[in-house]
Amino acid sequence: MTRQRTFLLRRAALWLLLSATVLPAQAVEWRGYIATEGRYFFDRSSDTRQHDGNLSYSVSPEMYVEWDAGRQSFLFTPFARLDQNDEARTHADIRELTWLYIADEWELRAGVRQLFWGVTESQHLVDIINQTDLVEDPDGEAKLGQPMVNLALIREWGTLDFFVLPYARERTYPGVEGRLRTQPYIDTDQPRYESDKKEKHVDYAVRWAHSVDVFDVGISHFYGTSRDPLFELGQRNGEPVLLPFYEIIHQSGLDLQATLDAWLWKLEAIHRSSATQRYSAATAGFEYTLYGVFDSVFDVGLLYEYLYDSRADEALTPFADDSMVGTRIAFNDEASTELLVGLFVDHAGEGMALNIEASRRVGERWKLNIRGRGYFDLPPQSLVYGFRKDDYLQAEVQYFF
Amino acid sequence: MPSSRLVVALLTLIFSLPLQAVVAETPEQKGLAIAQEVDRRDKGWGDESVNVTMVLRNAHGQESVRKNRMKTLEVEGDGDKTLIIFDSPRDIAGTAFLTYSHATRPDEQWMYLPALKRVKRISSSNKSGPFLGSEFSYEDISSQEVDKYRYKYLRDEVLDGREAFVSEYYPNYKHSGYTRQVVWTDKERYRPLRIDFYDRKNTLLKTLTYKNYTQYLGKYWRPSGLEMVNHQTGKSTTLDWDGYRFQTGLGPRDFDRNSLKRAR
Repeated sequence: MTRQRTFLLRRAALWLLLSATVLPAQAVEWRGYIATEGRYFFDRSSDTRQHDGNLSYSVSPEMYVEWDAGRQSFLFTPFARLDQNDEARTHADIRELTWLYIADEWELRAGVRQLFWGVTESQHLVDIINQTDLVEDPDGEAKLGQPMVNLALIREWGTLDFFVLPYARERTYPGVEGRLRTQPYIDTDQPRYESDKKEKHVDYAVRWAHSVDVFDVGISHFYGTSRDPLFELGQRNGEPVLLPFYEIIHQSGLDLQATLDAWLWKLEAIHRSSATQRYSAATAGFEYTLYGVFDSVFDVGLLYEYLYDSRADEALTPFADDSMVGTRIAFNDEASTELLVGLFVDHAGEGMALNIEASRRVGERWKLNIRGRGYFDLPPQSLVYGFRKDDYLQAEVQYFF
Repeated sequence: MPSSRLVVALLTLIFSLPLQAVVAETPEQKGLAIAQEVDRRDKGWGDESVNVTMVLRNAHGQESVRKNRMKTLEVEGDGDKTLIIFDSPRDIAGTAFLTYSHATRPDEQWMYLPALKRVKRISSSNKSGPFLGSEFSYEDISSQEVDKYRYKYLRDEVLDGREAFVSEYYPNYKHSGYTRQVVWTDKERYRPLRIDFYDRKNTLLKTLTYKNYTQYLGKYWRPSGLEMVNHQTGKSTTLDWDGYRFQTGLGPRDFDRNSLKRAR
């Protein structure tokens, strides 16, 4: 972690220096947020080092400037979190630090970036460029900034993106005092890599994306350091720990959405191969929205997704043969109140997980986010057995500037 | 389209309009002719950018403000392309909304969510839902195409000192929240002055009033404000439009999914 942080900070300092000398005097736009978050865990953990309650503070400003009649721009988005109990959750990252050049038929980006590929809601198989910032949220949707050079060719036949990724980020995991972790915990200070170059192995990716009539399609291939580590049993101060091991992989991905009236039909599929494994995985399902249900202004979305992994029980994911059923309710009020409820059910009898997310704007600049998660009937062989006492409720207040 | 065909089409239009006025026509034909003339007079502006301030008022007079910028690209032979970028409330700053509107098939719509860096293709069948919690629904802010409605001319009327045609518009598309709209069209400028919206039970739901038209490029009339009043809830929303800019050189590349991700 420390190595990585120093690397990124040095990079940021260099960029800022460069930008200060190169950028013409232009209007710099600032925006961003600061937030306070509280978590309450309903059950006492069996590991006495963990806590039942937790406070946390985060900040993420964003600086943007453009010049050359909008053809060039620079974006800088740092992020930092201070956590009451978990040292691993107290962390800083550069989410974005990008120079962008826009031409008629291509776009070139260099720096640290975040991007998203895919269409499904329950898991994001195809989305492989950015490492997951797992200490932020167990749902895995928070991502770390990824150093890259990206050339996009924009033509009649779609957008073709090429990526060179010179540095791989390690996944963040909750520390020994953090909740929502495995037991034994994952020791991020002792990562292992298949490549001799470790995190400096140069990774490559290519993606074609296009939109034709009701279809939105993407086909991608990635070669390089896996973002999902395998684990080896190790030791730290005489205590057993899990050590992440990052393989070199090839992954091909397909994402497809058909938008038919109020139905969104979604498919994501991947095939991955490495020195130790070859497998396929897929997510397929739909989202159907009832707009203005019962003559109200409410929109009610109904979601179903099936999650498949050819490794079945050997999969390093809890989603090898699962269904996700959910609903998304938009109140369409001035406060943009929204509610999302999702239930994951494992068809192999390996338990259930409930996910509730609600949000509401307060005034013009404040936002309240509520999250609740519950884990039920997890058997000891489940990958998330360590979460069995981690049912929690979280409230976050964000102030936007 | 070859330019000779364009010339023929224009000449046909020019000569057919006065003729239609002489020949007896049905109210439906006259309603359609008015809508076609509205459409014809607003062709050729190319691209347009405008700053929009939306003020929502509830029945108690409490206000909340939303700001966005709207860019539109005129597409010949199809519906327009529109990009809306939100600036406030601050929690949705950077959220962007791209629409390819079509006259006869469903519009294509994408939304960019900056927190997730995610472009989402969204359903365009949400016509009657409120846009950002306002009294404007998605169909009210979508691009107006002649084929989207059937028409019926009702009468001539003077509205706030201006001579107007009054026509009924019946939606041709699915999922509309309205049975009909009654539209007052300025006889001189061929721009809407007022619209009464009737809900699915054919009860008066909302009234939209257009304010302070200004002419741009010596040809195109644009209002500086719109006011939508909901008669059933007492809520209202005003839209103030300022900083109209035309023909700034925007092209299809400013309205594609790549531009959504970097919209500012």
